[in-house]
Amino acid sequence: MTHKQQKERAQERRNTLFFAPMAVLAVLLVALPLIYVLGMSLTANDGSGFTLANYKALLRADYLLVFANSLKLAFYTTAVSLLIGYPFGYCMARAPRGWKSLLMMLVIIPFWTSALVRIFGWKILLQGNGLINTVLKSLGLIDKSIKFLGSYGSVLLAMVYCMISFMILPCHSAVDKMDFTLVEASRDLGAKPWRAFLDVTLPLTLPGIMAGCVLVFVPSVGIFYLSDIMGGGLVLVGNLIRDQLLKVRDWHTGSAMSVLLVVLTAGIYLIYRRCGGDDLGVM
Amino acid sequence: MAGSKRKKKRNLFSPIYLTLVLLILYLPILMVVVYSFNAGRTISAWQGFSTNWYTRLFSNGLMKDALVNSLVLAGLSAALSGGIGTLGAIGISRSHFKFKGAVESLATLPMMIPELVLGMAYLALFTGVGVKLGMGALVLTHTTFCVPYVFINVKSRLVGMDPAIEEAARDLGAKPLRVLFDITLPLIMPAVISGMMLAAAMSLDDVVISFFVTSAETTTLPLKIYTGLRSGGTPEINALSTLMLAAIFIFVGLSQLIKAKSDKMTSPR
Amino acid sequence: MEEILLSIRNITKNFGEGNVLSGVSLDVRRGEFVTLLGASGCGKTTTLRIVSGLETPDEGEVILDGRDVTALAPEDRPVNTVFQSYALFPHMNVEKNVAYGLKVRGEDKKVIAARVKDMLELVQMSDYAKRMPAQLSGGQRQRIAIARALAPQPKLLLLDEPLGALDLQLRRQMQIELKRLQKKLGITFIYITHDQEEAINMSDRIAVMRGGRFEQLGTPEEIYDRPKTRYVAQFIGRSTILEGTVRCVGNETAVIENANGWFSVSAKDALLKTGQKAEVCVRTERMRASRTPLDVFGLPATVREVRYAGGSVEIFAAMKDGTEAVATSDQPLASAPKAGETVYLHWTIGQAAVIGGASYDA
Repeated sequence: MTHKQQKERAQERRNTLFFAPMAVLAVLLVALPLIYVLGMSLTANDGSGFTLANYKALLRADYLLVFANSLKLAFYTTAVSLLIGYPFGYCMARAPRGWKSLLMMLVIIPFWTSALVRIFGWKILLQGNGLINTVLKSLGLIDKSIKFLGSYGSVLLAMVYCMISFMILPCHSAVDKMDFTLVEASRDLGAKPWRAFLDVTLPLTLPGIMAGCVLVFVPSVGIFYLSDIMGGGLVLVGNLIRDQLLKVRDWHTGSAMSVLLVVLTAGIYLIYRRCGGDDLGVM
Repeated sequence: MAGSKRKKKRNLFSPIYLTLVLLILYLPILMVVVYSFNAGRTISAWQGFSTNWYTRLFSNGLMKDALVNSLVLAGLSAALSGGIGTLGAIGISRSHFKFKGAVESLATLPMMIPELVLGMAYLALFTGVGVKLGMGALVLTHTTFCVPYVFINVKSRLVGMDPAIEEAARDLGAKPLRVLFDITLPLIMPAVISGMMLAAAMSLDDVVISFFVTSAETTTLPLKIYTGLRSGGTPEINALSTLMLAAIFIFVGLSQLIKAKSDKMTSPR
Repeated sequence: MEEILLSIRNITKNFGEGNVLSGVSLDVRRGEFVTLLGASGCGKTTTLRIVSGLETPDEGEVILDGRDVTALAPEDRPVNTVFQSYALFPHMNVEKNVAYGLKVRGEDKKVIAARVKDMLELVQMSDYAKRMPAQLSGGQRQRIAIARALAPQPKLLLLDEPLGALDLQLRRQMQIELKRLQKKLGITFIYITHDQEEAINMSDRIAVMRGGRFEQLGTPEEIYDRPKTRYVAQFIGRSTILEGTVRCVGNETAVIENANGWFSVSAKDALLKTGQKAEVCVRTERMRASRTPLDVFGLPATVREVRYAGGSVEIFAAMKDGTEAVATSDQPLASAPKAGETVYLHWTIGQAAVIGGASYDA
């Protein structure tokens, strides 16, 4: 009995020592700042103690419209990403073995490169005398340059472009994991290809689709610099918070907005987990 | 086999679709690279090949500072998060600590919450408790959001490892610390390195958090690019972006390569 | 030197969901080949891990060569294990794998090199010294795992289903090689398997485990011919189990009766008393079925199915009370009894075993 306890205690001490630095970091630089923001959101500007005024201040039509705009953009981004990303993930998973790892690498590399730089590339492409307008003109499809930049479409394009990897990867792994003899079995039982897809493939890859949607939707709500760069003056929650901090210098209302944003994204994530979603440890 | 059947009526949709999406994925990146060699002043019209902007970039003292800052920052936060994340993964995966789940969620939380919120939280806290903004704050915060990449990578490697391998080493007479150095560390090293490469890439890429915790004197490459882009962009920014792309491509490529190689080594033929 | 090398006493282990082991005791003699046999989850691997030190018992002790090693860490015990998954170090080549146990003990380099060479020769893998584990086949990995475990010259070698992952052909071949190796080196083996045939072929003694206890500990012959419990009788070999009441006990034989009639068993090893209930196990290959009633005894049964079993014919029959029995016949399939016929089941008296060697109280 005692040997056993001694041994286990020594082991446990070593393990704790190992993860102690990470735990300290997590408490000081993750938990503490977030609690600090929560605290700020619940205290008044003049330091007079607890108040819900900062949250009440959010109940303004223009603020609510900004939140609604952000949610709408996030929703469109998710829908378009799904429409393009799912077929891509599917084709990737069904590609010949030798090609798979190459395709994977080609998808992952832009995933990790600066969104900023990639969006800059779109700006170059879409500008008045950029490649796309030039091509369209030389094909005789248009006479005058189309003003892409600043339109809602260009912001959506930038969003989808930045987020689509989050959709492709889980969809790909869901299709890749699926046992394709099941599709063959349903074909064997007389189902047409599209019927087999609807009855077998789609339900079986639904967890991947759900994971992809959450992974795209959640960061989409919070992103702020894309619409800035693409122009057009679409105000999103991110812009609102940034301006609240750096222009209005009202940290307490800004904190309340941040808390609301975190609660919103955490809520989506929790609903997803409730519906039986997997842990999103996708990288 | 199914392969021969598929060959018979090969579907052309799949390769065309894959190629098309990948082209769209890479075209903007290519644009940035191409226009960094543009001789003209603006980013709009092509006026001939030139490496002019690179030379200008390197003669610009501020740019050089930003480059050095970014590299030092990426190196330090990758190294720190590599150590902390690896030890954390080993400790957590073996511990029976009651709240280890909480520690794990908290440490990986930076991946889940909007960067903006985290950035403002740092700025608020640091100014509130009097932490000096600048390089120190940058290293601390970058290490924090880099830890999850190393941690998750290493932990999934540890989980996938046959526990009997470490047991065999002890059975053959190795003390626990010896097992760690002889067996565990060599086996998880590919995951550690690929995690650190990703960490370096993330740090080299970060705008939002750096934007909040940096000081007026300390600037980084992504911040330079961001300010440059908001004011319209110049070929100099293009050149800078191209250099950053190259750095990130190298980091990510290496990390993928190491991962693939080690998977090949440890998986049975 | 003591006769007993390893003795485990009253081992209890609980992982939090009921006892995995409840009071297991076992003495292993020097040079003996002892097999722990049982279905998965019976506690055999836990027993092995407690001997190797990878698991610490909640209660009880492990005594190795007269020394209490219960508290010793695995690295401090002169015991080595061949793991079910082989657990070869994937980042070391064959040679380094085999050398590892000697290296951590700080042996001289020359000694290590010589010993590794011997070990690889022993398992006929000398040509593969520089290969990585991933480049070896299952059978080859198995040999390296054995060589690695033998290299530090352990007092006791523990083998956890070492042949489990091999196909039948290779399995049979390795059984013979392992047994030969054990005899040649004179090392004590504790061997785990769920394959009863393997256990019977290789072991000096077998411990049949079930639910964290030993059901029976004995030589393969004892286990097969004189099962102590109904579980052992059913787990090892194939048999028909007959229940009945003892009617009379003589010097040589006893008569047992049930709803289907009466039959005789040997009374020599059994402590039977008139009027008590008894269970009798008749092995399939010893059960006969005759078309006509015999002089001694014969339990009537209706043939359900006849199957060719390669060299012999197996007759599946049901008795009056529904008890299913399987008998063996040497006749060709064509002249064997057909389905629907009535046969009389019988056996040579000495070949049926009273389970537990005694009566049981129903």
